[in-house]
Amino acid sequence: MGAFTGTARLARLALRRDRVQLPVWLVALTVTVAASASSVTSLYDTEQERRSYALTNAGSAVSRVFNGGLAEPSAGAIAMAETFSFAGVLIALMSLMAVVRHTRQNEETGRAELVGAAVVGRYAMLTAALLVTVAANAVLALLLAGALVAAGLPVAGSLGAGLAFGAVGTAFAGIAAVTAQVSQSARGANGLAGAVLGLMFLLRGIGDGLAEPTDGGLRVVSLWPSWLSPLGWGQQMQPYTGGRWWVLGLYAAFFAAMVWTAYRLTDHRDVGTGMMPVRRGPATAPRGLLSPFGLAWRLQRGVLLGWGAGVAVMAVSMGVLGDEAEELLGGNEDLEQYFAELGGGGANLVSAYFATITALFGIVITGYTVQALLRIRAEETGPLEAVLATAVSRPRWMLSHITCAVLGTVALLLLTGLGHGLSYGLVAGDMSQTPDLLGAALAQLPATLALAGVVVAVLGLLPRWAVALSWTALIGCLFTSQLGPVLELPQAVMNISPFTHVPYLPVADPAATPMVVLTAVGAALIAMGIGAFRNRDLAL
Amino acid sequence: MTDAITVSDLTKTFGDVRALDRLNLTVRAGEVHGFLGPNGAGKSTALRVLLGLLRRDSGEVRVLGGDPWRDAVALHRRLAYVPGDVNLWPNLSGGEAIDLFGSLRGGLDKARREELIKRFKLDPTRKCRTYSKGNRQKVALVAAFASDVELYILDEPTSGLDPLMEAVFRDCVEEARRAGRTVLLSSHILAEVEALGDRISIIREGRIAESGTLAELRHLTRTSMSVETARPITGLDALSGVHDLHVDGTRARFQVDAEQMGAVQRHLAELDVRTLTSTPPTLEELFMRHYGDRPEPPGDRDAEATAARAGRA
Ligand SMILES: Nc1ncnc2c1ncn2[C@@H]1O[C@H](COP(=O)(O)OP(=O)(O)O)[C@@H](O)[C@H]1O
Ligand SMILES: [Mg+2]
Repeated sequence: MGAFTGTARLARLALRRDRVQLPVWLVALTVTVAASASSVTSLYDTEQERRSYALTNAGSAVSRVFNGGLAEPSAGAIAMAETFSFAGVLIALMSLMAVVRHTRQNEETGRAELVGAAVVGRYAMLTAALLVTVAANAVLALLLAGALVAAGLPVAGSLGAGLAFGAVGTAFAGIAAVTAQVSQSARGANGLAGAVLGLMFLLRGIGDGLAEPTDGGLRVVSLWPSWLSPLGWGQQMQPYTGGRWWVLGLYAAFFAAMVWTAYRLTDHRDVGTGMMPVRRGPATAPRGLLSPFGLAWRLQRGVLLGWGAGVAVMAVSMGVLGDEAEELLGGNEDLEQYFAELGGGGANLVSAYFATITALFGIVITGYTVQALLRIRAEETGPLEAVLATAVSRPRWMLSHITCAVLGTVALLLLTGLGHGLSYGLVAGDMSQTPDLLGAALAQLPATLALAGVVVAVLGLLPRWAVALSWTALIGCLFTSQLGPVLELPQAVMNISPFTHVPYLPVADPAATPMVVLTAVGAALIAMGIGAFRNRDLAL
Repeated sequence: MTDAITVSDLTKTFGDVRALDRLNLTVRAGEVHGFLGPNGAGKSTALRVLLGLLRRDSGEVRVLGGDPWRDAVALHRRLAYVPGDVNLWPNLSGGEAIDLFGSLRGGLDKARREELIKRFKLDPTRKCRTYSKGNRQKVALVAAFASDVELYILDEPTSGLDPLMEAVFRDCVEEARRAGRTVLLSSHILAEVEALGDRISIIREGRIAESGTLAELRHLTRTSMSVETARPITGLDALSGVHDLHVDGTRARFQVDAEQMGAVQRHLAELDVRTLTSTPPTLEELFMRHYGDRPEPPGDRDAEATAARAGRA
């Protein structure tokens, strides 16, 4: 039996397990990049608008940290700046999670032992995971190249950009192949690979943030740290600017080195073990854990801390960018009009900017709320049976999780408002906006509660569908709020999303009625969900 | 109160599947009751109804004098449950999980907890994600037996334990019995229930097939024996209660009804026994014999019958 025996069978198995998940990733990424690229080609359709984008990019370190440096003032290069950095991170996440899912997670759940007992070689599982992930990235490269061409960008450059996207995913598949050998748990392997991703983003951010403007501010040359990061290479490839095609070789060499390391590590460990020592826990429980709420907090706090860190960084960055809103948006009539439309017109650009950003934060943070509430479902298929066989009532147990999720949401919204207000205040030398921005962030809460109500109701009434329906509802809200005005959806459709009814703060006047109604709807739906949960079988 | 649990005509369906079909069950206070049935018979479903985790379709259920659906919280302070599939939180330590279950149930005996952890050889500082099925079961068992409750409901608690730990488990059940507690123990292993149970109920396809003390159910059990003697074996076929006899000179294989065991042993003693092995019947054999479940292919059975006749001749 060879070390690779059974690879094909395992790869088919992995594809089968991923038959929904991977296609959803690919479609979502393609749609996102396509939307972003076509907005670039329509917003920056004159030479003057492109030059003004380039000058802003050269002048704003924050914009370069997030988007990378601009290679030249062309639509293709702007599209690269607007898409590569954030889509690259998402593709990296997709790839690293796929590799961990089909390696370490298999081992953790004991599936690997079953598979290992069948006729399967030592390297088969890792190889199958890599094959599936690389294949997904190859398909993605083609889809994205097509999407970029469809947005009206040059063919050769778009092909290069597509390959660069796929190459980023492949590089992180290699990184995850290594972390999956090192850590003993799937969570640990994902966390370690995610930490590498963060570091790579930081390196690229430093290299691009400190980049030198040249050519009168129309181009920037990144510093060496950008060259240490696979996230930076894709942009340094400059597919729309002649193209340094040899960068693809850099990716290939990096992937080969990672895979080689991963195979070596596989040789030196047993199935189910890792290289890092397993952390131990306390032999007795701290008092704080010993209640349904204590348990819910313990189970949810990790997720909340992660979200907190992400929201804080994003809110501070957006606050700093607020000071540049005039410059960023001022020169571009299309953008000014876009913000004016969203804001009902007339307001100053800074307020309009913060109103738009805060509304987006509101929906994104509801992603946390949904994730935290769906823990209820995960518990139900896991340890809940044993918990409800103790003296804990169903409503009390469910309310503990709901309370945790809502308090976490409030904390994240506070963080958003404070992050916006304080960082904008520091940069602009004007702290007076802080209370308004805080209010604007907290005004998102009623809409979040309404969606939380939907999730809890579904958890009570249709537990087996809860995960799919809840995420669909959230994506529906995101879709209507972001694309609704552009697609000119009928108002009746827009009104289904609770976020449509949130007053557009700090531009518009605060309105109490929608807040009260949304909160009441949320509370009623939550009560209904708890009632349904109390009266049904556990759906184990 | 003399009955800890009474169930009459309990029916529970999942869509088309009738998991429980007019089930009747009585567990007396202070007894260890074996709840025996093959996989899929409805044991876990019945126990979950007793705990108010599932709603009954129809029938009457009383647990410790209360209604398990309506009075769930109050009843759960007085009982401990070990699920058939123990799921724990991957990032809690075993010790934390034990304390959590104990305190959610209303508190547990610290000294008893320490003692049980030692006896089950459990490392309470390990994260639950690193536990095997057996270790997860130990966590649930320690949490249950360290609680001062009237009733223990245990769903196939030994399915992941090695023989040594199974012995520890039996001791725990024995201690609970001596302390006057009631234990309802589900299992698909006849020998386990025989070793522990005061009374046994056998469930099959959602109904109780037999119920009674071990002595009353003796007629169900037949032991397989294989023996080698110094003198040629004769006369076994004349004894009542001997079945499926195969004799080959000084060797023989056969099955004996439990109540005839004494007579058979006396007969064999005269033939000067060299080796003797006896195996208790498995649940599957028992079911096959009494309820005609899973019949062997006809060809095989004919062959065996022929062999048996030849042996006797
Ligand atoms: N939640 C459920 N949904 C559908 N069918 C179920 C469910 N739970 C149990 N069953 C079915 O009910 C029957 C009894 O199952 P169970 O009580 O788990 O048996 P046992 O514990 O004796 O092995 C089986 O046929 C099983 O498939
Ligand atoms: Mg069962």
